[in-house]
Amino acid sequence: MKNIDSRSHVRGESIYVDDIPVREGTLYGAVFGAPHAHGRITALDTAKAANATNVFRVLTAADIPGENQIGGIIPDEPLLAADAFHFQGQPIAIVLAESEEAARAALSLIHLEFEPLPVITDPRQARAQGELIQPPRTFKLGDVDSAWTNCTHIFEGRAESGGQEHLYIEAQGAYAYLTEQGGLQIFSSTQGPTAVQRTTTRVLAIGMHQIEVDVTRLGGGFGGKEDQATPWAVMAGLGALCTRRPVKIVLHRLDDMRMTGKRHPYSSDFKIGLDGDFKILAYEVTFHQDAGAAADLSPAVMERTLFHCTNSYFVPNVRATAYSCRTHLPPNTAFRGFGGPQGMFVIEAAICKAAEALGVKPAQIQKRNLLEEGDAFPYGQTTSGCRALASWNQLERSQGTAELEAGIAAFNETNRFIKKGLAFQPICFGISFTKTHMNQASALVHIYTDGTVGISTGAVEMGQGVNTKMLQVAAELFSIEPSRIKMETTNTTRVANTSPTAASSSADLNGKALEKACHCLRDRLCHTAAGILGHGRADRIQLREEKVFDGDMETDLSWAKLVEGAYFQRVSLSQQAHYATPGLHFDTETEKGEPFAYHVYGTAALVAVVDVIRGTYHFETVRLVHDFGRSMNKTIDLGQVEGGLVQGIGWMTMEELLYNEEGRLLSNALSTYKVPDIYAVPEEIAVEFLETEGSPLALLKSKAVGEPPLMYGLGAYFALRDAIRAWRDTADLPLAAPMTPERVLMALHGPHPVKPVPEESPAIAAQE
Amino acid sequence: MTQPIRFILNDRDIETRLPAGMVMLDFIRKQRRLTGTKIGCREGDCGACTVLVGEWNDGAMVYRSMTSCLMPLGNAHGRHIVTIEGLNTDDLTPYQAAMVAEAGTQCGFCTVGFIVSFAGFCLGDAEPNRKNAIAAVDGNICRCTGYKSIERAAESISTQLTNRPEQNRLAWLVENGYLPTYFATLPQRLSALVAELAQPKQEATHQVVAGGTDLFVQRPEEMAETPLRLVFDHPEFNGITVQRNRCIIGASATAEDLRQSELMNRMFPHMQGYMKLVSSTPIRNMGTVGGNLVNASPIGDLTVFLLANDAHVTLENGDQLRVVPLRNFYKGYKTLDLQSGEHLRSISFAIPEKGTLFNFEKVSKRTHLDIASVNSAMRLDMNGETIREAHLSAGGVAPIPFFLAKTREVLVGQPITPELVHAAATTAAAEVSPISDARGTADYKRLLLRQLIYAHFSVVAPEQVELEAAR
Repeated sequence: MKNIDSRSHVRGESIYVDDIPVREGTLYGAVFGAPHAHGRITALDTAKAANATNVFRVLTAADIPGENQIGGIIPDEPLLAADAFHFQGQPIAIVLAESEEAARAALSLIHLEFEPLPVITDPRQARAQGELIQPPRTFKLGDVDSAWTNCTHIFEGRAESGGQEHLYIEAQGAYAYLTEQGGLQIFSSTQGPTAVQRTTTRVLAIGMHQIEVDVTRLGGGFGGKEDQATPWAVMAGLGALCTRRPVKIVLHRLDDMRMTGKRHPYSSDFKIGLDGDFKILAYEVTFHQDAGAAADLSPAVMERTLFHCTNSYFVPNVRATAYSCRTHLPPNTAFRGFGGPQGMFVIEAAICKAAEALGVKPAQIQKRNLLEEGDAFPYGQTTSGCRALASWNQLERSQGTAELEAGIAAFNETNRFIKKGLAFQPICFGISFTKTHMNQASALVHIYTDGTVGISTGAVEMGQGVNTKMLQVAAELFSIEPSRIKMETTNTTRVANTSPTAASSSADLNGKALEKACHCLRDRLCHTAAGILGHGRADRIQLREEKVFDGDMETDLSWAKLVEGAYFQRVSLSQQAHYATPGLHFDTETEKGEPFAYHVYGTAALVAVVDVIRGTYHFETVRLVHDFGRSMNKTIDLGQVEGGLVQGIGWMTMEELLYNEEGRLLSNALSTYKVPDIYAVPEEIAVEFLETEGSPLALLKSKAVGEPPLMYGLGAYFALRDAIRAWRDTADLPLAAPMTPERVLMALHGPHPVKPVPEESPAIAAQE
Repeated sequence: MTQPIRFILNDRDIETRLPAGMVMLDFIRKQRRLTGTKIGCREGDCGACTVLVGEWNDGAMVYRSMTSCLMPLGNAHGRHIVTIEGLNTDDLTPYQAAMVAEAGTQCGFCTVGFIVSFAGFCLGDAEPNRKNAIAAVDGNICRCTGYKSIERAAESISTQLTNRPEQNRLAWLVENGYLPTYFATLPQRLSALVAELAQPKQEATHQVVAGGTDLFVQRPEEMAETPLRLVFDHPEFNGITVQRNRCIIGASATAEDLRQSELMNRMFPHMQGYMKLVSSTPIRNMGTVGGNLVNASPIGDLTVFLLANDAHVTLENGDQLRVVPLRNFYKGYKTLDLQSGEHLRSISFAIPEKGTLFNFEKVSKRTHLDIASVNSAMRLDMNGETIREAHLSAGGVAPIPFFLAKTREVLVGQPITPELVHAAATTAAAEVSPISDARGTADYKRLLLRQLIYAHFSVVAPEQVELEAAR
């Protein structure tokens, strides 16, 4: 089944926040942001702006009736900075005007005086100065300290991965207006309607029951609208409350880019030890996460970095420590993979460093150390239904990786100025919110008397096809035509207390809740049918393709007639249901538990082609074998793999976030921050479905697919590095992503320290 | 402006006195409440706001895709503007159906831009094949799909178009459900409108705007308030011709005119390759050669191309004409040798001789639809094996588009040898003064220029390039 929104999408008839017909009297908001990264506010004068033509009012922190606080995990971030600001673009005031143009024009009339304070843009410097969001955390397995002596080869190094702008094509936005009796309705482009509702309650000091948040769909989210859609929605709500007029705030792209957080950059130190057979015996890693100026979701992101610090590998002795470092950049936030990719990059870098020093291909070390059934992760959970080696082997077998490798070697022999490189990229990603309590969801199903069905869940549609999967569940359980079913907007008055649509798990959580609701309704309808048919044996009743069957006998009773009959018999045609993933637990004291419902596995092979003269590159092919479980919608799942992969490649290659030392974003527009265009994607992407049993905790045993494929993109970095080394293998190249054309050219031709001759093993040295 | 702006928007006649410098995107969404066209970036870099612009041209309708965020309302005067609402029929059109069938849409926000671009492809002259169908959406960014599904849709669309006739294309497209029926009436309606229109009165002192692709990025707010002198597609400033061994390009010829010009393609056999590196289809449809030159960006692709052809610019002030070599036109960062009341009329350069060696190079963070980190062009006019005259240019390495004078001195009078290539590359790197910015560090840009000189020779004299020694 195709995405149910496809038709309205291609006709331009799908509604996003900015498309909602505006009510008369609507005011438009523009946000005044801090002009510097760190400072103490000494004077703020908004009078001139407030008196400008067509400006209605200017709001500051003083206008907030409740608590000036939007921090979700840690209360450390004001909606509007009052005394001090901590990043460039931090919201300080909101201009509300009769038009967007008037609001934006008045921004320059706001007068701010401040005393500049020192700016930190480097997470290591932040750590050195004790600027931590929370105390560091350490995950341990085995005894890493004593394991080093057993290692034949030990390598240490540093790995850096850059941030990533979400670049949802629909910018952040919200539209709010007062209803009656103190109520407020907010249309928000958010992945977390309840987060918007909860935070609005806090800031406006009105009950959650008075705030209705409604989401039709997002024009892309990727994590960027999990927590960071909230401030704009709260501001719209505040504006509506203060002015009694509808208020719309849709960010200009330049404001969106400079004011919102992104994927966290990480700077990490690693030490890896292998035995003579390249079995990894010990791994120690210290992560410095650049959290930006406030906590936002950083503690949770940092936690997932730790969970995924060994990727698809079994390492018996691990010590992984993570610091969430406070800098003066916009608070970094969720982004597809949620810290997992950053953690996985470091162990891949460590393996790469080891392989380069040992004169072998990284794949030799990677494959040697893949997880097997029953292996323990550093957080205590053991693998179940492990497909690490299975996916790798299938990739080798059916995607001809040996031929690829031989072809590349031959190509590099004969081509002077074009070099190819290959990387294998296995992935292993845990599915569930790592905060156990968030693994719950609800659904509400109404069957109307004409036999049509309306479904509400807590899931937000943002292109990932969750609504299509929900509709499939209901259509299958009721055995009715999809055209009878409507997916309703995600609305806090219909489905309350939702978790954000995130962590790849929304189809599982909301789908399972929906299954429960549909089962209840189906049972009631079967009872009704059994009554109508006169025998009362509900167990004999089956719903098949819009018909009621009595055993295998088709009856005269259609779905529609049955529904009508149930109504007249005063049977409830509505059902709400709640689902909570069973068996999950995690103890943050011991850092052990069962945080994940299941894991998703897969392996990719990527081939990069580097132009040695120019330092430019492209990707010839990406072939991958992915563990979908029993995919319930191959079209949608394929789209998630292709899209996630390309986003991951973008992160590893051309997407370069640049801040200067004053914390100003230099890559602040689409002209300076480049995401893949249609010519930048691999010429070929071959996706093979690994047939697996799936997991009972996955919706219809169809495994979650949102985030995992992004991490195949890590291989882009290593494939490029492999190609560079085909030209110049003597340089000791830094392990730093993204691998921009600049980094490639500098690696090919720039000055570099020459790789040191491999030293005697420290282990041996230590014994002498 | 005292006269109204008149055009056809989808199937409606429009007459408006709104400012000529308002952008079409705001007119469509805010004035007409046509919300299918999306706001993505407002700088022509995402394509979510793409519309088709139809013209009555030599007895036929000609449609081009443009980004409505950078298009001044005034440039719609006498044209047909098509948004997604003007393309929808009761059933899905074949290009809409292909995008649905191949799952080329996920969140849907960019989708309309792709659909409109594909419609432009169906209406256009390009041969219907996969490559050209993909090229039609080279200005559209999608953050969800990874484009493979869109590539599959492009392939399907181009396959379906193989039956499209050369003649009466519009009628065929209407008959086959590609376009709603009102399109059939457009030739008549638009030609009638064009016949009625007087040229809007424009003062010489007003801000000259051609395609708007730079001005509306740099100062969009100001433009709506500024009286404009619109010269886009103005017959006086159009055309690419050869006169007395010089190629003359009208200032308002677009980058796409350049790409499609038979003359240019004859003179520069690799023209298609160069132009693929220059912006995107909708921006090439808007951006003009003259605009690229007077914007004075130190990194303008066409500027660098023309500089290596030792082009001259012809400046006009009333009846006065003045010719300035392009390499003397730039006085400093964004400063031109352009007097008050003067405007650029045309650009000319000596056509390549038999045996002339030419190459254009551009490297950017993203190969396509990006601004160069460094670009460069080289033209060598040969006397047998010897370089008789050399002109080399580089962008992104100085405050102005840079003429590599010292590198020229190294080359003139010499035969091409590996030593000469090496000397030219190192000289070029030494004579520039790049700065570090979002497009690269100074060290990188200097190294990159050196490499682009090697690249020039790897194209024109590949056997004379040796890089291995430097490793």
